[in-house]
Amino acid sequence: MSSYSVVAENLNKSFGRRLIFTNLNFNFSDNGIFGITGPNGSGKSTLIKIIAGVNTATHGKIIHQHDGQKIVPEKLHNYIGFVSPYLFLYDEFTAWENLSYTSDIREIKLNIERVEYLLNEFLLYNRRNDDVKTYSSGMKQRLKFIFALMHQPQLIILDEPTSNLDDSGKESVYKIIEEEGKENIVLIASNEKQDLALCNSTLAIEDYKNQTENRI
Amino acid sequence: MKAYALFRKDLHSELRTRYAVNSLAMFIIVAISVILFSIGQEKINENLTAGLFWVVIFFSAMSGLARAFVSEEERGTALTLQLIAAPSTVFSGKLIFNIVLVFAMNTIISLLYAALFESFVIKNFPLFFTTFVLGNIGLAVSSTIIAAIIAKAGSKGTLYPVLSFPILLPLILTSVSLTLSSIDGTSFAESIFEIAIVACYDVIMISAAYMLFDFIWKD
Repeated sequence: MSSYSVVAENLNKSFGRRLIFTNLNFNFSDNGIFGITGPNGSGKSTLIKIIAGVNTATHGKIIHQHDGQKIVPEKLHNYIGFVSPYLFLYDEFTAWENLSYTSDIREIKLNIERVEYLLNEFLLYNRRNDDVKTYSSGMKQRLKFIFALMHQPQLIILDEPTSNLDDSGKESVYKIIEEEGKENIVLIASNEKQDLALCNSTLAIEDYKNQTENRI
Repeated sequence: MKAYALFRKDLHSELRTRYAVNSLAMFIIVAISVILFSIGQEKINENLTAGLFWVVIFFSAMSGLARAFVSEEERGTALTLQLIAAPSTVFSGKLIFNIVLVFAMNTIISLLYAALFESFVIKNFPLFFTTFVLGNIGLAVSSTIIAAIIAKAGSKGTLYPVLSFPILLPLILTSVSLTLSSIDGTSFAESIFEIAIVACYDVIMISAAYMLFDFIWKD
């Protein structure tokens, strides 16, 4: 089994004068399910975007390592799977086309067996050749999971993973999270008790707010 | 190959949505029609022909080339791209798409000009071809990087031509002069200085665009 770790060193993020979090340190390694909690607007999504490398921290750094080797930012996307309500796939393409183009752009051969397994798990196999614009919001959310997991990433980042999902969708997601958490690192940013119940440990972002922020 | 895959994705998307092609085609038809109506039976001189030729090219580019990044931001798919490709791949893919679009657009404009304007007779074709190729590359590179900048801004439609104008001005002015020379029949050797300006412009813009894109693309 390959080893993967994400380490945050003195992470600090502010938007203008508004401090989001400061002096944030953590180390997630090898496998497990980890939660990030905090009230709305506390910076959960900002933190996970920084971890995914799509946003930058104001100070401090995030270090991703795979088998002891530091991953350069240009290659980071190959190790990450990401699901969030603000992630959108291409409406004008079918589910299959979206996944196929994603593989081509990543320059990874489309693993048809894996994609078909995920399409079945998320109950989308029969709709795989329909345009995404005809999908309901719950179906789009399920497709995002397939998009995030198809390349078998070592770090799976989930922001509010069960939003828009019905009970069967939630069951599929929890099953996959538990499976993935055995071999990979799964980060869940959520306030849902059911989501957080899966986590081995949680990080409360409110603990990293500077008490002096209102006086700046 | 990754950039080519991104280009194929964009081309496929464009064929389905026709977002850029429709606006470009409409703009070219309207702009050339207005020029033809306004000049009536008059025979315009070569100076004006070369200038109007690049005016149509500039504004056509403004109406369609921003699509590369604006549509990704508007549809919320910019994050998707950030999660599957390195910044240099994204820029290369978008640049290939815009180069293809600019060449197609300007070929159509040139053919329409040749058919509809008596004074648009190219006497030095190699010079015109060189200007056409170098000018199109410069236009595509500048338009692509400016599109990436304005895609995150609020009033994209207004900002795009305003921001593009000063950056494209050296290219447009030199290209107008070279187009006039090719209509006049000026030799290639006499125009070498202006060709060097356009070639240098292309090299500078490509280098600057690749260096800056990382910063533009992340937050």
